[in-house]
Amino acid sequence: MPAESAIIRIEGVEKRYALGGEADVLALRGVHLHVDPGTYIAIMGPSGSGKSTMLNILGCLDRPSSGSYWLGGDDVSRMPDDQLSEARGLKIGFIFQSYNLIAQLTVIENIQVPLLYQGRDVRLFHQRCVDLARLVGLGDRLGHRPNQLSGGQQQRVAIARSLVNDPLMILADEPTGNLDSRTGTEVLDLIDRLNAGGKTIVLVTHDERVALRAHRVVHMKDGLIDREVVNRPPPVPQ
Amino acid sequence: MISFQLASTIRLGIKSLMLHKLRSALTMLGIIFGVCSVIAMLAIGEGASYEAQEAIKKLGSNNILLRSVKPAEQARAQGGGQRGSQLKYGLTYLDGARLQTTIPGVLRVLPMRIIRENVRFARNEFPCQVIGTLPSYADVAGAAVLRGRFLCYMDEQHKDNVCVITTGLAQRLFPTDDPLEHSIKIDTFYYRVVGIVQERSQPEQRSQSGKMEGQPLDNNVYIPLSTSRTRFGEVLIRRSAGSFEAEEVQLHQVTVQMRDTSAVETADPQIRSLLDHFHDQNDFEILVPLQLLRQAEQTKRIFNIVLGSIAAISLLVGGIGIMNIMLANVTERTREIGVRRALGAKRRDITRQFLVETVVLSVGGGLIGVVAGVITPFVVSQLSDMKTIVTVWSVVLAFGISGAVGIVFGLYPARAAARLDPIDALRHE
Repeated sequence: MPAESAIIRIEGVEKRYALGGEADVLALRGVHLHVDPGTYIAIMGPSGSGKSTMLNILGCLDRPSSGSYWLGGDDVSRMPDDQLSEARGLKIGFIFQSYNLIAQLTVIENIQVPLLYQGRDVRLFHQRCVDLARLVGLGDRLGHRPNQLSGGQQQRVAIARSLVNDPLMILADEPTGNLDSRTGTEVLDLIDRLNAGGKTIVLVTHDERVALRAHRVVHMKDGLIDREVVNRPPPVPQ
Repeated sequence: MISFQLASTIRLGIKSLMLHKLRSALTMLGIIFGVCSVIAMLAIGEGASYEAQEAIKKLGSNNILLRSVKPAEQARAQGGGQRGSQLKYGLTYLDGARLQTTIPGVLRVLPMRIIRENVRFARNEFPCQVIGTLPSYADVAGAAVLRGRFLCYMDEQHKDNVCVITTGLAQRLFPTDDPLEHSIKIDTFYYRVVGIVQERSQPEQRSQSGKMEGQPLDNNVYIPLSTSRTRFGEVLIRRSAGSFEAEEVQLHQVTVQMRDTSAVETADPQIRSLLDHFHDQNDFEILVPLQLLRQAEQTKRIFNIVLGSIAAISLLVGGIGIMNIMLANVTERTREIGVRRALGAKRRDITRQFLVETVVLSVGGGLIGVVAGVITPFVVSQLSDMKTIVTVWSVVLAFGISGAVGIVFGLYPARAAARLDPIDALRHE
């Protein structure tokens, strides 16, 4: 099976929510998805399509009710909470719509947070954090607090933070949703550059133009993948 | 590695708390007051009981004190102001001899006659206690001879008119002269000063503090017992407005010194039954310093429990305050918790983060409270002339409790934070 080379392999994933007495709600109804390394994939869909649930499961924030999810060769669908936390920290870099930087920490400290939870000595990784800050163009703002930065700058800090543990994939949830179009474009350009460097990107968005930057666009509807559009061919996995 | 992580968690905790300086300070205040009151209250209690114990120890834990007491019924019968009635009561020379020979474990028996009389030198005159006693007084009562000598057996045998005075009296009577070269006048006789003694406690400091009740301890004149008998006689006449009272008292006080502390307890009832046999009326009292000491310790224990409970309640209230704030904190920072969980924090990382914050609050409050708790008793003793003793164990206890309060009251909010579902937490506005 070529699946071993896949970053994401989702097979028959269902997610059922119990609504107290009433019939359960099936948010995902047997989704299949394979994503190869280096692929830039966008997930689209109207609200209620199961897009958010899909995001939660992809991000290891939630476990599927049934079906399997291999992330980088490990089955994360049955992992206990602690291992799931570790998987999130090591294998996934999160980028949120509202940046979600920690207010009391400086730029460099925010970038260091994921290191902390992997038990890594922050001092040994200091240069790496500085390099990442430079990469996103904030090398001169290391000591600033989030409230001293613009939205675009905050989102770039979040991107640097998502990269610090060198994850298997970047999971971006509407990364430009809170940004004006110019800064949004800058952030998307940055994500493009990361993808060009070989990073797998999963991006959830409403915006068709944002989705156009991806290799593959997956449209969800009623808890299933409705259709898939390939904008340009993804890189061939080695 | 672990310590580095802990250090950075603590640093982060302080940073988070500094976001709301006023809130954190107010929360700490509860613990500060709690810890401060624990230390201060225990210090005041300790000081009070120390003073009581010192006073009792001064009497000597190997000693049993017998005092002549004017019998109650007689005093009442004579209450109508009968002129010239003569009252006979109290311990006798014979009692002293009996105690010495019958009670096992007696080291020595020290009889004392205590007469209140004015003492004069030149133009200086002071009311004093003229104490007729034996040379062994210096050992039993622990009086230190500063100059000259104490009374000796030759004085006793010759019924000499010699006296030993306390330092305080010496300074007052002889502001310029050397007491050892002079005689003082008591009643109608002159007594040569042969020595100056210092009592075991430091009576001068005590009398300055204005807390002395009854006779000033340091205005004492010691003369040989035999001299006291011959010069003053057995019948003491006290004149008061329009009437006089005559009492026949042989000995005012007898100190029985036992060989060791264990003999004290058995001797107490023996002495009582012996004296009861020879005394028709209840004209003496027995004071056992050792028992008083035990009582004082018991009192102190109760005192400590009461004060401790009050302080514990204030710490409890402080702890509830901390818990309240931390719960609010968790709600307010739900989003942050979600982000941290998404970035790889395990439940126990979240628990630790909030627990550390609570402990930082309570231990920080504890530290400030310790400082305040050490200062407060000092201020109290300065202002109210009350002795206070800050013991190390009370500081350790109070500080330890503040840390424990942090953990106990921090655990629930921290667990509540850790139990949050990361998805809900991330979505929280």
